Amino acid sequence: MARNGLISRRRRSSDQLDGSDPSPCGSEEVHVLAVDDSLVDRKVIERLLKISSCKVTAVDSGLRALRFLGLDEEKTAGGFNELKVDLIITDYCMPEMTGYELLKKIKESSALREIPVVIMSSENVLARIDRCMEEGAEDFIVKPVKLSDVKRLRDFMTRDVGDITRSDEGDTTRKRKLQESFHAPSSSPFVSSASSSSSASTTPSPSPTPSVSSSKPIAASTDFDFMGFFSTRVKGDNGRHVDDSDRHLNCRKEEMVG
Amino acid sequence: MEVGQMQRRLVEFTKSLFVEGFLDGQFLQLQQLQDDSNPDFVVEVVSLFFQDSEKLLNDLTSALEQQDVDFKKVDAHVHQLKGSSSSIGAQRVKNACVVFRSFCEEQNLQECMRCLQLVKQEFYLAKNKFETLFTMEQQIVAAGGSIPATEITSF
Repeated sequence: MARNGLISRRRRSSDQLDGSDPSPCGSEEVHVLAVDDSLVDRKVIERLLKISSCKVTAVDSGLRALRFLGLDEEKTAGGFNELKVDLIITDYCMPEMTGYELLKKIKESSALREIPVVIMSSENVLARIDRCMEEGAEDFIVKPVKLSDVKRLRDFMTRDVGDITRSDEGDTTRKRKLQESFHAPSSSPFVSSASSSSSASTTPSPSPTPSVSSSKPIAASTDFDFMGFFSTRVKGDNGRHVDDSDRHLNCRKEEMVG
Repeated sequence: MEVGQMQRRLVEFTKSLFVEGFLDGQFLQLQQLQDDSNPDFVVEVVSLFFQDSEKLLNDLTSALEQQDVDFKKVDAHVHQLKGSSSSIGAQRVKNACVVFRSFCEEQNLQECMRCLQLVKQEFYLAKNKFETLFTMEQQIVAAGGSIPATEITSF
């Protein structure tokens, strides 16, 4: 499959728009279920995904997500993935059902557990990241979500869905390394940025190295990040501290128990 | 005023918003999501933010006026506002929310009320700036010009 991760409809701020859309979606569009209680965030993530050639269904709660997936409270045995969701991306902090709880429910369902789940959170808390990855999350994105984050997911999706036999891109290796970088010693404060930056370096670029050096994620980010402003997250305030101030929020209760 | 001049003014104004900290990189992300198929995306999201958040600010105001202030509830609201302001790149609003949350944690009512005032101030300031920005863009388009893309060197 010749599909690569270059989403040419995206334009960088200094580019002029020529109006053409050369990216072929094909009939195998990636269908993403986005879950976020924030209206603004839903609108943004929906657009981020659509511009990256994904089909999107956006819902405002974990319950609605489960209903959409055919996994209701009323139904006993697992639902079926009739609507073929290829990826679930969910906010962590939501009232009633957190993204973590949603993740668990999905992974507990025989019908749905194969669907990759990505967690988004405004709080860069290592314990939270670890817990999600341990529960089977595919990735953890620190909000605000950027095009480069979605592009990375898209690349992962097309490789996963497509040529699993092609070993030259080392997608399974990359996935393992993504997980490794999360489970790396917590000395790196940029662990969640690390995953995005390390995989950013594997996307089509002049440099042909597919290998992810998870030992130097920041360098990888700088190499690829020639536009400068994509690294605002690395430079910003929310990439550094372990934040406890949200401990009373619904999303923290499982962390208190754990 | 001719189109070229309007475009230059817009570029200068946009730059000033970044320099003064009103906007951060996330706003540039939003601009990248706008194209011919979604020519009003930025205006739509920003408008949505201001509509949605106006209600949040009202909820915050009444929550702080209660006899027994529920700081957890207040913090939950601020957390929400922080998130959505961050998503549109409204940096000063976001930063004001960060400070606000620290006082929620301390359960310091006086400081919380002060923070609410500051957040409201930043909120309306940002609204004003965005309105100016969008009006300038509208005028350029109405005059037959195109919106110059935001060029970034470094901040």
